Amino acid sequence: MGLHRKVLIGNFAVAEAVKLARVDVVAAYPITPQTLIVERIADMVERGELKAKYIRVESEHSALAAVYGAALGGARVFTATSSHGLLYMYEVVWWAAYSKAPIVMGLVTRVIGPPWNIHSDHHDILSVRDSGWIVAMAENVQEAFDLTIQAFRIAEDKRVLQPMMVGLDAFTLSHTAEPLDVPDQSDVDAFLPPREPLPFVMDPAKPFAMGNLGPDEWTMELRWTVWRSLERAKHVIKEVDREYAKKVNGREYGGLVERYRLDDAKYVAITWGAWSGDAKEAVDKLRDEGVPIGLLRIRFARPFPREELLEVASGAKAIVVVDRAVSMGLDGVFSTEVRSVLSGRVPVKSVVAGIGGVDTSYRDFVNIFKRFVDEYEKGETQEWIVPEWYMPWFKG
Amino acid sequence: MSVSLPQLVKSPRKGVMPGNPACMGCPHTIGLKIVGRVLGDRAVLVVPAGCTSIIVGYGGKESLDMSFVHVPFASAAAVAAGLAAAFERKGLSDRIVIAWMGDGGGADIGFATLSGAAIRNDNIIAIVSDNEAYMNTGIQASSTTPWKARTTTSPVIGKTEEKKDLATIMLMHKVPYVATASVGYPLDFAAKLKRAAEIKGFRFIHLHSPCPTGWRFDASKTVEMAKLAVETGAWILWEYNRGRFEISPPSKPFADPSKRKPLKDYIMAQGRFSHLKDEDIEFIARKIEENWRIVRMLEKIFSS
Ligand SMILES: Cc1ncc(C[n+]2csc(CCOP(=O)(O)OP(=O)(O)O)c2C)c(N)n1
Ligand code: SF4
Ligand SMILES: [Mg+2]
Repeated sequence: MGLHRKVLIGNFAVAEAVKLARVDVVAAYPITPQTLIVERIADMVERGELKAKYIRVESEHSALAAVYGAALGGARVFTATSSHGLLYMYEVVWWAAYSKAPIVMGLVTRVIGPPWNIHSDHHDILSVRDSGWIVAMAENVQEAFDLTIQAFRIAEDKRVLQPMMVGLDAFTLSHTAEPLDVPDQSDVDAFLPPREPLPFVMDPAKPFAMGNLGPDEWTMELRWTVWRSLERAKHVIKEVDREYAKKVNGREYGGLVERYRLDDAKYVAITWGAWSGDAKEAVDKLRDEGVPIGLLRIRFARPFPREELLEVASGAKAIVVVDRAVSMGLDGVFSTEVRSVLSGRVPVKSVVAGIGGVDTSYRDFVNIFKRFVDEYEKGETQEWIVPEWYMPWFKG
Repeated sequence: MSVSLPQLVKSPRKGVMPGNPACMGCPHTIGLKIVGRVLGDRAVLVVPAGCTSIIVGYGGKESLDMSFVHVPFASAAAVAAGLAAAFERKGLSDRIVIAWMGDGGGADIGFATLSGAAIRNDNIIAIVSDNEAYMNTGIQASSTTPWKARTTTSPVIGKTEEKKDLATIMLMHKVPYVATASVGYPLDFAAKLKRAAEIKGFRFIHLHSPCPTGWRFDASKTVEMAKLAVETGAWILWEYNRGRFEISPPSKPFADPSKRKPLKDYIMAQGRFSHLKDEDIEFIARKIEENWRIVRMLEKIFSS
C-alpha cells in the first residue's frame, strides 16, 4: 500500500479520484462551485494523463444523458454538478436510476435560488433521495476522494447496479485545501477492476429493447428491483469500506454512518456533511463539561441507515437532528426521516440551521446542543414536534 | 452507393416487423423499415418520447429487430453521443448509433441537445422523422408544423407561425453530412443512409413523414402524400456531403416551377388545411419559392 501526501482542494481531490478510477467517459457542464472538478478532468484528458473521452455538452440535462448513454455502452462514467445543474438534470436523474445505470456523480452542494447564492446547503442533493440513487456526503476532502473511488465499486457491483452521488459542501470542502493521502494507481487498480458490462450493454448483434411500455406490474417489479438493490447496497457499502481500508489507504469510515463518542451517550446529535467536524468539536466541549452526548454522522442518505439509527437510539434519552435542508410545510429533511424510523421510540428535536450557506460554527453547535439538553432535562419538549429555525442574528 | 428495391425488400433484417401498434399508414414505420434494412446490422437506436416509443412494441413483444433504448424526450442526441463515445473507447467504432426522433424531439424540446451534438461533431446519425406536429400526445403544433395547419393547439385559425427549416439550420453547424429525405422515396433515403454511414462525425437527415392521423388524409395515401409534397415542390430533397451540396434526383425536375404539380392538389388533400382559401395557398406558394431560392443558392455556394 503506497500513499502520497498531497495538499488539494476538494474539487481537485475528486478529479484525482476520477483519474485513478480510470474513467472512460466524462460529460459535464460548468456551474459554481463544481466547475473546478470538470476543468481539472478536462485538463487531464487533454494532457493525456487520463485516457477518457470528455464530452463538452451544452447543458446538464445532456451531461447526464450523455454519461447515461455511455454507461449503456459499457463505459465507466462520471459527471459532476451543483444545485441548478442537478435540477436541470432531474428528469434524467430518475431515468438513470430506474435503468440501473452505474453512473457516478460528484455533487458539490449549493443553495437553490432565488436569491442567487453559491454557498452550501443540502436541498439540491436531498431532492434526489426518492429516485434510486445512492446518495453519500463527505465530511472532509479525504473522504470526498475516498468516496469517489469507492462509488464506482458500489455502483458497478452486480448486487447493486445503481447510480451513486458523492456530495461535498460548497467551498468548505470544494475550495478548501486539506492534506490528502493519494494511493498508488496499482492499489486502486487492484481494488477497482475494469467495469463489467452489466446490467446490460447495447449491441446491434443482439437485438434488445430497453424501456418499452409494458404491463404496470412490470414497472412495479422494476421499482422493487431498485428497492432491493438499495437494501443490498447497505451490505456492499460496508464491505467496500472495509476492503478499501485494507487494500488502498487504511481508513475505514464505518459504513453508512460514523459513530462519534456514542458508546455511552445518552444524548445523540445527528448531522451530515462538512459541518459535522464542527459538531464533533461541540460534542467534545459538552463532554468536557460532563454531558453524555455523542454524534451520529450520516454518511449515506440513501440507502438510509435505518438499522444503525435504531441501534444507536436504543440507548438514547433524546436525539437532536440538525438539518441543512427543509421539507417546506413539514420539517427538517433528516428529522422527518429520523422520526419516521424511530416512530416515537425516542423524543427527537429538529433544528434547521445553515440554510442559504449561513455560517454555522462550533459555537453555534454548542448553543444548539446545550439548549437541546436543557429543554430535555426540564421536560420542555412539547415544541419539539416543530423544527426550531436557528437564526441567532434575527431580531424580527 | 445506391440501394435497389429488391435489396430493400429481401433484406433478412426487416427493421419493423408486422403486427406493431402504429396507426395504419404510419410514416415512421416506413422510415424505420428502411433504416433497419440498410443499417440494422450495425446500428443501435436511441428513441425519445414520441409515436415511435409506442410503435417499437409493448413489453417483451418488440416490433423492431434492432437494439434500441428509450430515453427522455429532450435527450436523444446526447444519449447517442454518450453511447458512441463508449463504443469508441471500447474499440467498437464500427457500430452506428442512430438517434431517431420526431420533430418535437428534434426541432423543439431536444433542439439544444441536437445542436450540441452537431457542433461537437459527435459520431452519430440523427434522424428527425418529421410528421409536422406532436402526434403522440394528440396532434399539437410544433415548430415544424406548417403555417395555417390545424392542430389541437391551433384548432380554428391554424398555426400562425411558419415551419422551422431544421435541415438548413443543421447545415449551418458545419457538420459533414446533412440531407433531407422522404418516406415517399425509399431508395433515395436508403442511399442517403448508406452514404451517411460511411462518414465519421455528426450526420443529420430530416425525413418528411406525412401522417394520416394528424394531417387527416386516408391511411392508404401516405406515400402518395409524401410524393405530392416533392412533386409540388413543397418538400425539397437535397444532400450536403462534406462540402458538396446537391438537389437530389427526385426533386431536380421541380426546381422548374412549370414542371410541378399544382400545390392545391397537395394542400387540399389534407384535412388540416381544409379551411384554407386560394390566397392562403398563393402565400404558401410564395414561401415555397423562397425555400427553393435558398436551396438553389446553397447548391451554387457548395458546388466545388
Ligand atoms: C419532458 C416531456 N415533456 C412532454 C412529454 C410528453 N410528450 C411525449 S411525446 C410528445 C410529442 C412528441 O412529438 P414528436 O417529437 O413530434 O414525435 P411524434 O409523436 O410526432 O412522432 C410529448 C409532448 C414528455 N414525454 N416529456
Ligand atoms: S399518429 Fe401518425 S406518426 Fe403517430 S403512429 Fe399514427 S400515423 Fe404514425
Ligand atoms: Mg411529430
